[in-house]
Amino acid sequence: MPIISPGFKGRRRPGGEKLPPGQYLVTDFPVLSAGPTPRVDTARWELRVRTEKGQVTSWDWAAFQRLPSEDVTVDLHCVTKWSKFGTRWRGVSLDTLLADVETSAEYALARSYGGYTTNLPVADLLDGKAWIAYNYDGRALTPEHGGPARLLVPHLYLWKSAKWVNGIDLMDTDEPGFWEQLGYNNYGDPWREQRYWGD
Amino acid sequence: MARAAVLGRLTWLVGTVTALRDETPTARTIALDVPGWRGHSAGQHVDIRLTAEDGYSAERSYSIASAPDGQRLELTIQRLDDGEVSPYLSEVLKVGDPLELRGPIGGWFVWDPDDPGPALLVAGGSGIVPLMAMIRARAQDGSAVPFRLVYSVRSPDQVIYGPELAERAAAGDGFSLTYVYTRTAPPGADRPAGRISAGVLAQAGWPPRQAPAVFVCGPTGYVEAVAGLLTGAGHDPGRIKTERFGPTGS
Repeated sequence: MPIISPGFKGRRRPGGEKLPPGQYLVTDFPVLSAGPTPRVDTARWELRVRTEKGQVTSWDWAAFQRLPSEDVTVDLHCVTKWSKFGTRWRGVSLDTLLADVETSAEYALARSYGGYTTNLPVADLLDGKAWIAYNYDGRALTPEHGGPARLLVPHLYLWKSAKWVNGIDLMDTDEPGFWEQLGYNNYGDPWREQRYWGD
Repeated sequence: MARAAVLGRLTWLVGTVTALRDETPTARTIALDVPGWRGHSAGQHVDIRLTAEDGYSAERSYSIASAPDGQRLELTIQRLDDGEVSPYLSEVLKVGDPLELRGPIGGWFVWDPDDPGPALLVAGGSGIVPLMAMIRARAQDGSAVPFRLVYSVRSPDQVIYGPELAERAAAGDGFSLTYVYTRTAPPGADRPAGRISAGVLAQAGWPPRQAPAVFVCGPTGYVEAVAGLLTGAGHDPGRIKTERFGPTGS
């Protein structure tokens, strides 16, 4: 039973009914990162997928760009409470990336330039739910927003959409990532408001 | 994991406002008594939940300004004119009112009192708040760890915690303070108004070879600029912790 805040009226915004609990709508695109923004040259960029058996598949920027891409328009929900509707991205579906990767792993750990990690079930990467995105709003993704390429998993809180992604480890056991070790929820479903441990 | 998750569960608590203090024309400190508060580390934040009579609610995150002190807690709220929650907290909330919150949140942007190395704190505007918790925690511990604060503000009237910072800097116990005025400098300031620069950070901070713990908090553009200047000067990106807030401006 929430307590009433004396004198609080609030400001209901159009579209607010489409928001997950505890979120508010923004029209700009805030940036939140735990450290300095890495500057990654596409000439040295590499994406590595490593299976539970240790087999590695890798793409350099040119090979990655030759993969079939998709345009997607999705809503974003950040654990710091802001949500942004209708963001437009281009990227490579994880279904495409993992199509020829032999694995029965259930867990994934995304790795990034700069050392960031985040974990999620492999099932949440497949069936049209996740992309490695490299364009935002028709332009090359800027470093502040995770460029040259970031993971995009819009059905989970945005910290799961690792910026500056350079690897995905497929594993038989779950391994908490950076924020997941620091009190944030292991799964992070915005519609169930899974912000922190125990939510 | 299951055990940690149960131990770590953050339930909503109801605090009571015990005091209100205006820090600047647009920033107010809220002192709270929060039964059940489990303590915090300097640099962490809380989630606040406001609920209207019809059940509509809004949540926001705010940094803790106070050093750990039992179930007492202070937050400093910068009012955003187009905000939904900050005008309530900075103008409507009264002493004796209840306030729902949960925390502490965030285990990264925290000062570790056991880290013997020097620290550089760089604040932009109300980004001073979590850094003030670190400065207060250091003083409370009687710590000798050298702290250097570089604090950018638009103009002198925007300085939060000005008298307290001056007092702590005058104590001569290893805490130094440098202001950067971005729009209007007071008479007699060391340098004209302008943006923070590599020169100021080199002069008022630490050389990279001393590997200071670095905490940068402020608006996104400010944090990006400062982090870029510091890594450009040779500071290890792994030692630089950042907290960004506000719009991107683009």
